[in-house]
Amino acid sequence: MKVALVGNPNTGKSSLFNILTGLNQKIGNFPGVTVDKKSGFCKLADNQVVSIIDLPGCYSLYPKTQDEAIVSDILSDKKNEFHPDLVIVVVDVTNLKRNLLLYSQVADLGIPLILALNMNDLAEKEQIAVDADKLSELLGVQVIKISARNNEHIEDLKKAISNAPSFAIHSSAYSIPQSSQNLVDKISHEFDYDNEYASLLLAHQYSAAKHLSKNETDKLDSFIEEQQFHSADQQVEETIWRYTYIDKLIKECVQIAPKPIEPSLTDKIDDVLTHKFWGFAIFFLILLVIFQSVFSWAEYPMALIENLFSWIDEVGHQYLPAGVFADLLLNGILAGLGGVIVFVPQIAILFAFIAILEDTGYMARITFLMDKLMRKVGLSGKSVVPMIGGLACAVPSIMATRNIENWKDRIITIMVTPLISCAARLPVYILLISLVVPDDKVWGFFDLRGLTLLALYILGTVGAVFVAWIMKRLIKGKEASYFIMELPIYRKPRWKNVFLTMFDKVMTFIFEVGKIIIAISIVLWVAASYGPPSRMDSITAKYESPELIDSHSAAELERMESSERLENSYVGILGKTIEPVIRPLGFDWKIGIALITSVAAREVFVGTMATIYSVEGSDDDTANIREIMAAAKDPQTGAKVYTTATAFSLMVFYAFAMQCLSTIAVVKRETNGWKWPAIQFGYMTVMAYLASLIVYQLLR
Amino acid sequence: MKLSDLKIGQHGIIKEFTDLALSVKLMEMGCLPGESVCLERIAPLGDPIAIKVSGYQLSLRKEEASKVILHI
Repeated sequence: MKVALVGNPNTGKSSLFNILTGLNQKIGNFPGVTVDKKSGFCKLADNQVVSIIDLPGCYSLYPKTQDEAIVSDILSDKKNEFHPDLVIVVVDVTNLKRNLLLYSQVADLGIPLILALNMNDLAEKEQIAVDADKLSELLGVQVIKISARNNEHIEDLKKAISNAPSFAIHSSAYSIPQSSQNLVDKISHEFDYDNEYASLLLAHQYSAAKHLSKNETDKLDSFIEEQQFHSADQQVEETIWRYTYIDKLIKECVQIAPKPIEPSLTDKIDDVLTHKFWGFAIFFLILLVIFQSVFSWAEYPMALIENLFSWIDEVGHQYLPAGVFADLLLNGILAGLGGVIVFVPQIAILFAFIAILEDTGYMARITFLMDKLMRKVGLSGKSVVPMIGGLACAVPSIMATRNIENWKDRIITIMVTPLISCAARLPVYILLISLVVPDDKVWGFFDLRGLTLLALYILGTVGAVFVAWIMKRLIKGKEASYFIMELPIYRKPRWKNVFLTMFDKVMTFIFEVGKIIIAISIVLWVAASYGPPSRMDSITAKYESPELIDSHSAAELERMESSERLENSYVGILGKTIEPVIRPLGFDWKIGIALITSVAAREVFVGTMATIYSVEGSDDDTANIREIMAAAKDPQTGAKVYTTATAFSLMVFYAFAMQCLSTIAVVKRETNGWKWPAIQFGYMTVMAYLASLIVYQLLR
Repeated sequence: MKLSDLKIGQHGIIKEFTDLALSVKLMEMGCLPGESVCLERIAPLGDPIAIKVSGYQLSLRKEEASKVILHI
């Protein structure tokens, strides 16, 4: 049996999903679109296993966003592969009236239903008494009171799922108005729909529906014109009718104890968190705490991981027979793998914070605080959440721009989100900062390195704001922008949810990003170990000549030879080709190699450096990449490669450049074409080059 | 009077909307003609605003609130 969870946002639908499925869940995308699809399995008391799908939160079946359109499509189209056999409509009892609107629409689609009255704990506290038996009798469906957050009465719900097939389908509440009846009949006949309300929904939203052919859309166009169907008018009329119906239900089944009007806890918290001064002060303090934590808490597990990989490398060199295989394994794969795993602690911490902000309800307040400011630069308050998400990764954030209804706001947000420093830049920043910024304290508390990192994040954000401000003037808008958003009550974060989000993001990073990094590490190892045979042969011959052997020690000779080999390898040739272009930025050909490989993903920089320098060979195999880079010297002049000027120029380059294939791919998908990703790649590359040029020329 | 003209703590009853497309979205969110609303707070920068409607807090921009006409 296929069971779907449907409900408004902030009703505890995802808590319920987590309880029903546990770790037995899978997160993916709906086919063709990048809307999260969460599915899993749940075992009922009678050992029956049902599949559960968590549909995106929505307020009605008239979709305003792509997320909502998915719900509408799945529920109204019986041929849809996700069309459920049973729907559990999850409602927030403390906000029953608004929540029942969606319920009544879903009920009219004729799918077997269970109504789950969630947040029962809160309702009791607020003395809202719902007569579930009466409601069940009036609606003709099973009504179950649960409290997903406290894991209460979940067994009752599971029992209801087992019983569901024996219940009759709820009879239709809303009758199609006379004026639309002809249209509905035509659609029902043409598309073979056996539910009238499904036909009506199709008339409202067919232009956004994915499953229709051009021919079918044209047919609907002509039906609608012929019948003079006015979608918005009809929606207004229907919505008012439904609320009248809901009011009657509530009058009969719900009793709310009269309570003295006093400010709720949420009101009191909001007085502080949306205060003129404290609101912003606390917001920036929270951001600062996040950066400090990502930087300093993560240090211990990171050091552990670094040591572990050094140890494996050492053991490997000791026990594996020397040769191509050991070389590939240790200098290619292991070096790349270490470069991925080491950043897991930071990603985990950052996502834990983002999950907590979402879960407590504070994220909505950030939007509330920032909307006016964001609108000045051409963004919407809704852009703040994707942009904060951009701190972790632009890819999910660009997908998250889907709830910005306005096309122009959305395009601008997509265009500038990759300028926000993402987690993939962190490895690069941290490595370079630790190379050139001393480990000192400012005012005895703030870490100088942490402040440098914060400055880089601010730089990215200022860059994003600047570009948005320009684009606001260049891009022509098509439609009006809405900002109608619920401010949910504050709740304690659900730690299980926080943990699952963290776990999921870390896994995505390791598997999605990690596989690119490891693949590139291997390609790079090959390209760095091999070169045109003629050049390689002449190097071999050169180092066999007696004059050289006599005048140098064996260790010195070995280092010179491997360095020369790298310079003449395929990757060295490529790096040298672009060297004249990047020299004014303070970069040598080795950095050039890293810039090329980073186009796949920014964090590849670290892996590339590890591979390049370990291929070159150092005296001490256990030294980590940081020490090796700090010791790196220009072979001609003997000057340090990573001076302050070069390191800062490089950091600024990484702050602005579009070095991420995944982002390019997701922008193409989200904007439906190559135009916007091309513009984005172009402007970001130019911006990065100019900014680095200025930084290097000023600092050197 | 318009929803955007309310002062903090002041109540009003929704009469009608002057924007059809916006009204569909607002009604979905529980802002129906006849419903009582109260202005709860204004964002520190003066916009958007937060209103109490059918038992929860809803935020919207002043410009959107100006399309909601109240009895008062």
